[in-house]
Amino acid sequence: MREQLALLPYLLAAHVRLTLGALLLGAAVAVPAGVLVSRAPRLEGLVLGLAGVIQTVPALALLAVMVPLLSSAGLSGIGFLPAFLGLVLYSLLPILRNTVTGLAGIDPAVREAAEGVGMTPAQRLRMVELPLALPVIMAGLRTATVWSVGMATLSTPVGAPSLGNYIFSGLQTRNDAAVLVGCAAAAFLALGLDGLLRMLARGWSERRPALIVAGGAIFVAMGAASLAGVSPAGAARPLRIGAKTFTEQYILAEVLARQIDRKTGAPAEVLASLGSTVAFDALARGEVDAYVEYTGTIRSTLMHRSGAGGGRAAVLAEVSAWLRESQGVRVACSLGFENTYAFALRRARADELGVRRLSELAPKAPRLRAAADYEFWSRSEWTDVRRVYGLDFAERRVMDPSLLYAAVAGDQVDVITAYSSDGRVSAYDLIALEDDREAIPPYDAVVLVSRSLADRRPDVVRALTDLEGTIDAERMRAMNVAVDRDGKSPAAVAEEFLAR
Amino acid sequence: MIEVQDLTRRYGERLAVDGVSFRVEAGELLALVGASGSGKTTTLKMINRLVTPTAGRVRVEGEDAATIGTHRLRRRIGYVFQGVGLFPHMSVGENVAVPLRLAGWKEPRAQARVTELLALVELDPQLAGRRPSDLSGGQQQRVGVARALAVSPRVMLLDEPFGALDPLTRDRLQQSFRELRRRLDLTAVLVTHDMAEALLLADRVGVMNAGRLVQVGTPAELLRAPADDHVALLLSTPRRQARRLDELLGGGG
Repeated sequence: MREQLALLPYLLAAHVRLTLGALLLGAAVAVPAGVLVSRAPRLEGLVLGLAGVIQTVPALALLAVMVPLLSSAGLSGIGFLPAFLGLVLYSLLPILRNTVTGLAGIDPAVREAAEGVGMTPAQRLRMVELPLALPVIMAGLRTATVWSVGMATLSTPVGAPSLGNYIFSGLQTRNDAAVLVGCAAAAFLALGLDGLLRMLARGWSERRPALIVAGGAIFVAMGAASLAGVSPAGAARPLRIGAKTFTEQYILAEVLARQIDRKTGAPAEVLASLGSTVAFDALARGEVDAYVEYTGTIRSTLMHRSGAGGGRAAVLAEVSAWLRESQGVRVACSLGFENTYAFALRRARADELGVRRLSELAPKAPRLRAAADYEFWSRSEWTDVRRVYGLDFAERRVMDPSLLYAAVAGDQVDVITAYSSDGRVSAYDLIALEDDREAIPPYDAVVLVSRSLADRRPDVVRALTDLEGTIDAERMRAMNVAVDRDGKSPAAVAEEFLAR
Repeated sequence: MIEVQDLTRRYGERLAVDGVSFRVEAGELLALVGASGSGKTTTLKMINRLVTPTAGRVRVEGEDAATIGTHRLRRRIGYVFQGVGLFPHMSVGENVAVPLRLAGWKEPRAQARVTELLALVELDPQLAGRRPSDLSGGQQQRVGVARALAVSPRVMLLDEPFGALDPLTRDRLQQSFRELRRRLDLTAVLVTHDMAEALLLADRVGVMNAGRLVQVGTPAELLRAPADDHVALLLSTPRRQARRLDELLGGGG
């Protein structure tokens, strides 16, 4: 818990920076747009409709879509920018809609009075219309604020640190305290910002300048404090190690970062909980310097090849060559274990059905319910398994990987796709079925480094190459169990491993 | 001086105002009377271009209203609104000061002028800090008059200014206004549907019917020689009411 709380100032500052920045820009766009729309009723349907469409895009999808969009525009596709722009887009609708509503609600007699005393349209807007619509606009801003604070937790997978780091990593590593800290901090932040805005609105409507000054001062102080940790532009950024969204990745990222620090003294930070392809894209563009990927994943999702590929060594060679030639990415080392997909059942269920191999599962499968992570059913591995074994389930569900094991242990589904190095396979006493006809390609864990790192810091690449073959499947499972079951932090487990 | 020539306003097929012409001399008050929909308010609003005329010309103090520039024109003309038209988010003092701010007055001078104006319309200057909603209807309308007088306009337009007030308040306000406009020598057009008010306040009365100005003249002229039955009927209303009232009271006492 103490370890979790130590991260709070950093993550909270990042969260506040994202939220306040997005709200500021959102309001700066939405209020003028609302004014424009209220002056040109023909635009109203179009503009409100557009903002409404943005709103119907699920928040996570909106953030995810920013990544390729920004990359194709030549901008930084991960980190602050995509999260920030996604939040800005999301905050537009409530502010815009309330600006339009607030302006439309003004008594026409008051508007005529403003004209009658000789105000120009700009004066009328500034002296009469905006002040009268302000309470409604503020209500919209408050809605946007609460939404943005919540949505900012989803910026973790696109590489922007936020309170979501607690939630994503906490869910993966079964660290309830972390999830709780993240949720509570986000809730308090939302309530706090909402309260501040309410205070500003009250100060305005009750004409209490003291309230406005106090509220404004707190906002400025929060903004300044959240910016305090940001290194000035141009300063050399630390090396960045990526991690996808599961325990093993968190541990390995810490191992990489610490190994670099031990051998070269170069500071390295971990960018945790990146989306799967987000991590690779970021590496290919040099925004992330290194992360651990699996040969089978590269082969199927990036190279779009199917089939088993002819063994671990052959696949490793094939993948390395492709990475070097078409992506400019280098494989620093192969860590020594595989994390392959494996179909897993409860031991009791496996005994009852009498299956230990995939070929034995096939005849029983049409009566079984199966669940997999987000990608498996659309990956070539599934196509291959299906073809080779003639496997077909009664029901195929998709679940968050963190919930799969609990689902099968609790008998909510019969079969899940587990990861072979996952500590939870033994922690939940599951049986991982043998791929007896070798339909699933090998998934060797390899350390990938970006071209720019290879050019810039050969010493860092050498430090990573030293990890070649140092982690076998058993050790990886043990480290995963230490986090998932025993509640140790990935950093502590990584430290223990390197101190051996 | 206000001069209106062949003023016309068309809404689609409907002629709201149809070729109205009149002249209001300096220091004179013209009352426009007529039933609802007769075009009197539209005529008034065309003078300061709150409504743009379809045809015709307006001259204010010798200048063509169409060429002055809408905002400058309106700032030169005091306007008292039907239903008061105060800004609800501003204090009484701020409301009165709006025309001063628009004219670029600086703070201490504007403050002094607001106090002076509130006194002029017989309001306690202490009320300056209150919101319009804290005031009675009569007080609000006095604030409206004070605001219209802020930059000492020579010309004033009044759109049924006393219509929504209770009879006692209306009577008092009418008295105050009559003195005020004599003292300030205002040129004014007053729109009202209350014939008695028109006869009491106006130097001349214009009767409107279905968008046309039927007759303009002093109360005495209109009473002596009404142009048609409609004018005669309209003019006789206050008297008829007074007579009926007399009978009622006489009969009872």
